Amino acid sequence: MITSDSQYVRYGYGLDNTNDRSVMNAKTIRSSSKGFFRFLPGILWFLVAFYPVYYMFIVSISDKQNFSSGNFWLPPTNPTLSNFLQVIQGNIGLYFLNSIIVTIACVFLIVCLALPAAFAIVKINNIFVKNLFKLFLFGLAIPVQAAIIPIYVMMISVGAYDTLYALIPPQVAFWMPLSILILVNFIRDIPNELYDSMVLDGAGHFRILVKLVLPLSKPAIVAVVLYTGIQVWNNFLFPLVLTQSKDVRTLPFALQKFQGQYGIDIPGLMAAVLLASIPMILLYIIARRQLLGGLTAGFSK
Amino acid sequence: MPEQNVLSKSSRWTVSGLTLPALGFYALFALFPMFLAVAMSFMAWHALSSPSWIGLQNWKHFFSDPIAINAIYLSLKVMVLSWLIQTPLSLLLGVYVAGYQKYRAVFSVFYFLPLLFSAVAIGLIWIQILSISGPVNTIITGIFGSDGRISWLGDPTLALYAIVIVIAWQFIPFHILLYQAGTRQIPTSLYEAATLDGASNFRKFVHITLPQLKHTFITSSILILTGSLVYFDVIYVMTGGGPGISTRILPLDMYLRAFKMAQIGYGSVLAVILSIIGVVLSVLLLTLSGFTRMQSQAEGT
Repeated sequence: MITSDSQYVRYGYGLDNTNDRSVMNAKTIRSSSKGFFRFLPGILWFLVAFYPVYYMFIVSISDKQNFSSGNFWLPPTNPTLSNFLQVIQGNIGLYFLNSIIVTIACVFLIVCLALPAAFAIVKINNIFVKNLFKLFLFGLAIPVQAAIIPIYVMMISVGAYDTLYALIPPQVAFWMPLSILILVNFIRDIPNELYDSMVLDGAGHFRILVKLVLPLSKPAIVAVVLYTGIQVWNNFLFPLVLTQSKDVRTLPFALQKFQGQYGIDIPGLMAAVLLASIPMILLYIIARRQLLGGLTAGFSK
Repeated sequence: MPEQNVLSKSSRWTVSGLTLPALGFYALFALFPMFLAVAMSFMAWHALSSPSWIGLQNWKHFFSDPIAINAIYLSLKVMVLSWLIQTPLSLLLGVYVAGYQKYRAVFSVFYFLPLLFSAVAIGLIWIQILSISGPVNTIITGIFGSDGRISWLGDPTLALYAIVIVIAWQFIPFHILLYQAGTRQIPTSLYEAATLDGASNFRKFVHITLPQLKHTFITSSILILTGSLVYFDVIYVMTGGGPGISTRILPLDMYLRAFKMAQIGYGSVLAVILSIIGVVLSVLLLTLSGFTRMQSQAEGT
């Protein structure tokens, strides 16, 4: 009974540390017949999750004739980069630049404002700061849509409508609560002895913030940078509502406009989608663990 | 409170001041607009005219507006359907990729790919996949013959379901991440004890894994429900609310009213209703699940 169970455990629920090879010897025949079923759920979701990405890729390297013949499964026999060249010759460089400017500005502001705020929230216990933290947490429940119409009116009245400036402050505001939450949870774990010893050395709180909290919170800051960076990079609603001219378009909004512009040129459209996604794909290849950690940092302990 | 001793009273107030820049952005661009939306919901305000106070007129109009009522119904439908599809799949797949086997690690690299794409990119890819001559219809005609082609996004009864599936594709990977992290935190000793007692794999899943994932389940459910209430991007890109009003969910109805029909005042009514539903839902879910109480207990230890 126990032996057959221990064999179950190995494809069980997340607790298997044993090497697959060690189990292979005795029950090779049983494992191989069961092997397929072991992989089956994994393969099914693999197909569902991966196929659309694969589809985008093979269509983007198909020439327009090959695509219209309806080949959706295998890579084209004569792949072409002409679709990419066509997209690059358009304005996509400008849209990239706009997205980069907005993303860097938002992430920079969020980190510079959220880190000192989180430090104060952890270290200070007065009524003002305590209630302030609750006020920030309330922000997690405010949908962007609740504020988008007034923000639009505000941006028009200060003359920022249809500029890149309009896109920055609202996004800083809306990603602030989660950023502060992530940082507070992390800074709380810095041992008090470290602060005490710095105070004994005569350090002021700004020095403590820069020399102690900043370096020690690096993993949390990385999480905030990645999370807010992805949100801002992919944001569609703010550019849709707050901009209209071509020269201030960011990538997601530009992609949506391509849809009409490219018409039935699906390979061209898919090439544009792929190009716009390349920074995220590169980030995933380089720093997958940090990226995935950053995405869930505010939601799991 | 040892950490209090290291800071003098005056410097405590200086440190409290570190929260002000973050608070400024948050108050000006998130909290203030939200209250402004409430005020604007009592105004008649069309594109170029100046606003005028009209009391409850917009609100009265809302209760006799079949499109808005339908939008709320559709939003609730998207919420419920999204929860029903995303929760079981994310739970099972999350537990599946929590295993440390090599092949599961390889699978999970592909499982998380949808997280890299903006909602606009996802919408554009799926329009093609679901199109009349696209891959999904190619499979269907392969099985049922050429009469089987379905216009997924052009059929008023099917479009919403197609959208819900695309949203699931976009968000399931995120919830897989949550469940994976949750499963990996379950102490292995629990499983070891159960194995010694001769518990079957299924029984371990039901009696250990599921109860231990309660927190993750609550977090994930709240995010799915509140997230799909404000869901906008994919629907805007894929159907724009159509055909007819069959996918015109509440956030989209609000956008179209305020920005396409230039009814700023009436759009604000819809924005306020959206935020009320959102905040009430968050509070209700948190209270029902006893989440806040448990969290504060955890903090107290």
